[in-house]
Amino acid sequence: MAESAELTTPSQTVGPFYALPDGLLWTDGPEVVAAGTPGALTVRGTVFDGNGDPVPDAVIEIWHADERGRFSHPADPRGESAAFEGFGRCGTDPEGGFWFRTVKPGPLPTPDGRTEAPHLNVTVLARGMLNRLVTRVYFPDEADANDADPVLSSVDLDRRGTLVARAEPDGVRFDIRLQGDAETVFFEL
Amino acid sequence: MTTETTPQRSGLLLPHYRRDDASHPPLDSSGYRSSALRHPKRPLHLLPQYLTEVTGPLLGNDRVSETDHDLTVGHDGEPLGERIIVSGRVLDSDGKPVPNTLIELWQANSAGRYRHAGDRHPAPLDPNFTGVGRAMSDDQGEYRFVTIKPGAYPWRNHDNAWRPAHLHFSLFGQAFTQRLITQMYFPGDPLFHQDPIFNSVRDPQARERMISRFDLDSTVPEWALSYKFDIVLRGAAATPFEDEEEDDD
Repeated sequence: MAESAELTTPSQTVGPFYALPDGLLWTDGPEVVAAGTPGALTVRGTVFDGNGDPVPDAVIEIWHADERGRFSHPADPRGESAAFEGFGRCGTDPEGGFWFRTVKPGPLPTPDGRTEAPHLNVTVLARGMLNRLVTRVYFPDEADANDADPVLSSVDLDRRGTLVARAEPDGVRFDIRLQGDAETVFFEL
Repeated sequence: MTTETTPQRSGLLLPHYRRDDASHPPLDSSGYRSSALRHPKRPLHLLPQYLTEVTGPLLGNDRVSETDHDLTVGHDGEPLGERIIVSGRVLDSDGKPVPNTLIELWQANSAGRYRHAGDRHPAPLDPNFTGVGRAMSDDQGEYRFVTIKPGAYPWRNHDNAWRPAHLHFSLFGQAFTQRLITQMYFPGDPLFHQDPIFNSVRDPQARERMISRFDLDSTVPEWALSYKFDIVLRGAAATPFEDEEEDDD
């Protein structure tokens, strides 16, 4: 069975020029939900390289469930959510900053009967990155759910904090550090 | 085989996407200097494939207009350069077509210049070429773009460094697990041997999978030459759990 499988096309860097006019970036990319949506919050952050310098040419993408923990997708066996796209894309600005307006997703069941805390899946793309990086955003007001989360609780305690956003007045802050003492936890899928 | 943790326990039966680590470049690739400060130094942490990973954005036709697949239209005149057709199939590693998925393409013009403020290569911009296209794969995974063959361009990675001509491709597949950014190269390019991005892929056969093939059958006489480029994303195994996969013959 494995012998008949095709081999995948290799990954390559997104390069520095994805931001062509009407290119990989979309003007509504960071707006997962419209302004004024009840429960809307802003997720802000900065991407830093190994020197601690901001990365001005990265693309951040998020993917997550709606407030009830549902995906608008046929692989969600519990039935599709109404109309929630759940996807956001933002290029970093000259100071390495990115932002999204979205809602906090609900918790999710796992196939072995556990519960995942509310989280966003994150893709990081940039010049100098030959494959995407994957990380997760957890929420600071979900301490109990975070403690019980099967993914977060499997990360070494001293690094778990890199996956939990910090509270801000209108949302949360989640900085991404590609290297260094506080290097963000990145995942392999 | 243990039945202590069956999918029925929570009623969730999820696909599982097969890994293919050997095909992909390492994040730390010393020949490609920009990777030095932009790769994690700690080992990656294994992420199980739960609901968030086996679902993904189904970006559809509302993102693509009728002419988005043709990068040679939409301006006052024809772009300069060699018109080409690039077509192929989006497949998964089980050999199944990936239908109705958004494909994004971006590239330099025929002189090797991107329409981007950061591109300092003193080659001319083409007023009739932006260099961005979008298409959806059809229900058989087939896609087609019309564009201009991009030029090679110099970069500062090493002495006399030039990038081979290439098109950037972005694909979502049907799951977060399938997301892929890649580059399509042209057959017989004399710059392959010195390009650290192309050669970041260690397996020579995997590198071949980024090179399109000249496709006379799709060529349109007196109008455009054609290249075929099939793109293979990770496949979803038929059974959801690894301990069950091992029971398969």
